[in-house]
Amino acid sequence: MATQMTDGHRRFLQVLMSHGIMEGSVARTLHRDCCEIHKVYYAHDKLDDFINVVNIHLQPFFMQIRKGMSEDDGKTYYALVNLAETEITKMASDYTENELELFRKTMDAIIVSENGFASSTNILNLADQLKIKKMKKKEAEQVLQNLRDGEYTLHTRCIMEMEQYILSNYQDLVRKCNICHSLAIQSQVCETCGIGMHLPCAGKYFKAQMEPHCPHCNEFWPHEIPEINRPDSQLPSGAPRERRGTSSSGTRRR
Amino acid sequence: MAQKRRSKGPGPAQGEDAAADEDSAPTQGAGQVQRSLERLSPAQVDQKVSELVQYLLVKDQKKIPIKRADILKNVIKDYKSVYSEIIKRAGRNLQQVFGMQLVEIDAKNHIYILVSNLPRLEGENLKQDDCTAKLGLLTVILSFLFMKGNAAKESAVWEMLRRLRVDPGYLEYNRIPHTDPPEFEFQWGARAARETSKMQILRFVAKIQSKDPKAWSTQYNEAAAEEAAVGGLSQDTSTPGDTGGPSQGARRRNW
Repeated sequence: MATQMTDGHRRFLQVLMSHGIMEGSVARTLHRDCCEIHKVYYAHDKLDDFINVVNIHLQPFFMQIRKGMSEDDGKTYYALVNLAETEITKMASDYTENELELFRKTMDAIIVSENGFASSTNILNLADQLKIKKMKKKEAEQVLQNLRDGEYTLHTRCIMEMEQYILSNYQDLVRKCNICHSLAIQSQVCETCGIGMHLPCAGKYFKAQMEPHCPHCNEFWPHEIPEINRPDSQLPSGAPRERRGTSSSGTRRR
Repeated sequence: MAQKRRSKGPGPAQGEDAAADEDSAPTQGAGQVQRSLERLSPAQVDQKVSELVQYLLVKDQKKIPIKRADILKNVIKDYKSVYSEIIKRAGRNLQQVFGMQLVEIDAKNHIYILVSNLPRLEGENLKQDDCTAKLGLLTVILSFLFMKGNAAKESAVWEMLRRLRVDPGYLEYNRIPHTDPPEFEFQWGARAARETSKMQILRFVAKIQSKDPKAWSTQYNEAAAEEAAVGGLSQDTSTPGDTGGPSQGARRRNW
């Protein structure tokens, strides 16, 4: 297997850099196009190998193309992420120190919550506290203006980029999905033994089972099983709510 | 056309707008660099190269040209003695891994941008965002300037520009000598010259007006000459006006 970068790889990398994050089917199309344009060997199921070649060359720069799953729709996404926080990568941020502080506090709130959400009210309170300490009044107002009513959670890209950081910093406070073993910000939880699953993972695991049972303790699974393979499937929820993503402080926008 | 800088909190970033008093990379003979290199461990130099690559990518993302002074202050620091080697290797890495080139657009003040090496495609699936509209408008302005004979009076362009904050490097804004009251004119900037070409712009204009690019003979010749100089694709240099533009004479057209 070739480990040299070709123009096909470079084009793929440039386009992915400009998007930041890309859905699986879009990435596959891009893979095909890049190979076609630059006459590079192409096999439709070898996207991950293709990406590995790029990743080998990205290693010295602490960057990586990572593959992850959206907690919303279970779809695969590819994102270019930073692996290390250095003096240099800190310069990438478009946000002020205070905005970043607010983001960190919001992330805290989301992660320790039961359901993986922080309400706008909650965030306003956090901004208020910051306001007392260091945020200038104008700054805080700006943030509040942009904050619409609803529930906030972490965007797929943020989770992908910060997974390592979150797992090591929050340790026992966060859950891992029992099915795919990745970080789970939102999950369905067994009320008996406490294991959790991503909603799409639960959907796949329990698919078409009339009486779903916890894979760990075998108790009846008390939650509504999300439907998969339907683009307009409703996610099970307590109260109806809007969903908005909070993007990562380390987000690269190209 | 200054960019509004956001305060980045404590740290070296504060000083970036400072005058270029730090831009003192010593002129380095090859022997001198070699001796300095030998004193440092390969790992240390590699580390600096890697940091520089990251720095350049991060800075270029914001489309602000990168000053050498900032590179020296924020990345090179104590490794000034091997600056030329570090930047050479960083440029190589950028080419090999990212297909991008480090280009000096201002040789006097040592200012750099990153440009893609890869052939630009039509309808390429780069991200469409708020910047896309700006770039579209910028292309219109660049076309306008080109068709007006490479420069246009401020008043002619101002209507278009009033609400646009153009990223630095794309347009030059200079005073016209011997004018009173002083008048200014716009010309293509160094970044524009690098990121597109006169032929591409001419084709763009031709497409909008549904004409053959050769209909504008002056511009066509100029664009062809630029291509030939850059060593681009060979174009047939047909004589002016033989492909059916209505005005046969080589006068500039009003656009």
